[in-house]
Amino acid sequence: VKRTGAQIIWECLVREGISTVFGYPGGAILPAYDAMLDYPIRHVLVRHEQGATHMADGYARAGGGVGVAIATSGPGATNLVTGIATAQMDSSPMVCITGQVPSRLIGYDAFQETDITGITLPITKHNYLVTRVEDIMPAIREALYIAQAGRPGPVLVDITKDAQQASLDWQWDGGPIQLRKERSRHAPTAASLERAAELIRHARKPLILAGQGVQQSRAYAELSAFAELTDTPVALTLLGLGAFPASHPLNLGMMGMHGEAWVNHAIQEADLLLAFGMRFDDRVTGNTRTYAPQAKKIHIDIDPSELNKNVAADVGIVGDLRETLRDLLDVVGRCDHAPWIAYIRAMKGDTAVRDIQRMPDDGHLYAAHVIHDIWRATDGKALVVTDVGQHQMWEAQYYHHESPRSLITSGGLGTMGFGLPAAIGAKLARPDAEVWAIVGDGGFQMTQAELSTAAQEGVKVNVAIINNGYLGMVRQWQEFFYERRYAATPLRSPDFVKIAEAHGLAGFRVESRGQVLETVKQARENDGTVLIDFRVEQEDSVYPMVPAGADLHAMIRRPVSAIAETAADLI
Amino acid sequence: MNHTLVALVEDKPGVLNRVASLFRRRAFNIESLSVGRTAEPGVSRMTIVIDSDQTNAERVTAYLYKLVNVLQVDDLGAEPGIARDLALVKVAVSNGDRPALLRIVDETRAHIVDTSERTMTVEITGEPPHVDAVIGRLEPLGIVEMVRTGQVAMRRGDAARA
Repeated sequence: VKRTGAQIIWECLVREGISTVFGYPGGAILPAYDAMLDYPIRHVLVRHEQGATHMADGYARAGGGVGVAIATSGPGATNLVTGIATAQMDSSPMVCITGQVPSRLIGYDAFQETDITGITLPITKHNYLVTRVEDIMPAIREALYIAQAGRPGPVLVDITKDAQQASLDWQWDGGPIQLRKERSRHAPTAASLERAAELIRHARKPLILAGQGVQQSRAYAELSAFAELTDTPVALTLLGLGAFPASHPLNLGMMGMHGEAWVNHAIQEADLLLAFGMRFDDRVTGNTRTYAPQAKKIHIDIDPSELNKNVAADVGIVGDLRETLRDLLDVVGRCDHAPWIAYIRAMKGDTAVRDIQRMPDDGHLYAAHVIHDIWRATDGKALVVTDVGQHQMWEAQYYHHESPRSLITSGGLGTMGFGLPAAIGAKLARPDAEVWAIVGDGGFQMTQAELSTAAQEGVKVNVAIINNGYLGMVRQWQEFFYERRYAATPLRSPDFVKIAEAHGLAGFRVESRGQVLETVKQARENDGTVLIDFRVEQEDSVYPMVPAGADLHAMIRRPVSAIAETAADLI
Repeated sequence: MNHTLVALVEDKPGVLNRVASLFRRRAFNIESLSVGRTAEPGVSRMTIVIDSDQTNAERVTAYLYKLVNVLQVDDLGAEPGIARDLALVKVAVSNGDRPALLRIVDETRAHIVDTSERTMTVEITGEPPHVDAVIGRLEPLGIVEMVRTGQVAMRRGDAARA
């Protein structure tokens, strides 16, 4: 059948199961937009192309499939860059399709020409410049495959306008993707499994470090089975939260810079670390020279380049985590680590509860209160998307995630402005989920325009702004490390309630603890997107904190002297 | 210490850029890089020499493999079986120097490939240390211009890569 390049783009996307795309039209991508009207595609018109990438990213992370973002050439394409880098750092499967100037104009500095494949080369898993109509189908199909294969990531396909306009006698090829590169199937050797099993058998103080790889390989059942069989406590990275139920008796909570103190101490005292789908990021390890000094390390990751990158592994296994854990379950036996677990429990005490209890009851509202109450009101079952900063860490500390893919957050790149658009994407991937965007007053304003997208699309997300009038995390660093010299961190914001109302959405302001639950209830009952402006204590900090590059056990703790007990019935 | 890696890559636009970008991005230093065709259509071969005191060859290999267009990476280590480098050296030859230059060329199995009134151009082919040594002997005469191809290398014996 005769098809234009523009039509082939949609033929491929629809046949590969894509039903929703996020984008913004423009000259070089116009043929594709024109053809789109004839295909069963939901197009979400964003307000800025960065929003399209975060939505596609949130869509992918929430739904487990691939997210698609579309933009025109030049500025449309360059506006994708932050979202692509975000997806690359967090291994999120995304395909970006950009229009490019006609092939005869490439290299002539044509209007809205930019070398987007060159620009995105270091921040994509792979990218394509397509100048011929016959290359469109292979490029789109390969892009969708590569984005999801192995360790997922973003792929960009740049298609010239003339390739979109040209037509050819076209036939769908649904066969397996033929990459010239042989995708080596990594299977752990019997020897490496046995060496791992040996370390596990002899460990007295083992600890599992579970990361996002658990979610991406859907190894939840295997992780639980392994932890229970070997009686090994589980610590989670930020992106691992939800991979292992918060209420599981073996769950310790989050590790790292703002991890729980007992978790970081347990890591420093462990004699065996089992790193499952995590990459020993510097925010997780602190100073690598003093990190877990007594521990042997077993590292399982699907990406060979992660092994021995940040922390040397005694046993490194490349492979899909789920399959590898199944193999490992066959060769390890039941273990009992009751003394070790009791020791960690004693360290833990009631710290988390105590932290909230000890917030001074001086009429001020604390972020911990807000997040704790949202957790209570939603039974811990919401899909929470955060922005980046203090609120993000408080969310990780005070919202207890029970199920996989229930927290979506920009971990590796730490992209402010991620929260709202990613929440919109997440809601479209999982319409039945209750989606909360927990954001700061700074990050929210970076992509606030997407509120208009939510309103136009009729997407229901609950936006909780943790508003402390500062770029809070930077202010905290200034407080701790720059003698409270608050350079460029005090932030004056617009009236967020009026902003919501200007979009035809409901907005609330909450200034005291007593109003939180009632307002959360009202937000949940509202059919549309709701914005709540929580005016929280301005100079609160996230504790504990391991200063960047410091030893993991060298945590700054919440000062106790200034803390008074609150009434227990508020908990 | 120099360390040689051989990468077979797809012969597509931008592949050299991808490899070079990877080295820049990860702050790896390249001592030399040479690219050329192989016997297999559509496949190019890159010989990459790194300083293994500064750059970990295993890391380079692992990152190269992440590139979709990189088909295979072979780590030839510090002493690749067969290694060749080629240099063209233009040497100044004032009146008395000509016999000295001809003697060096004769002793080192180099070739004169061009000669003119004030200069002679020498081609040196061999293992990189040999090329270094010959250049060292030419230096006192006055090198006017020089170019080296960078090392290419292959394993000895029947093992074939493409």
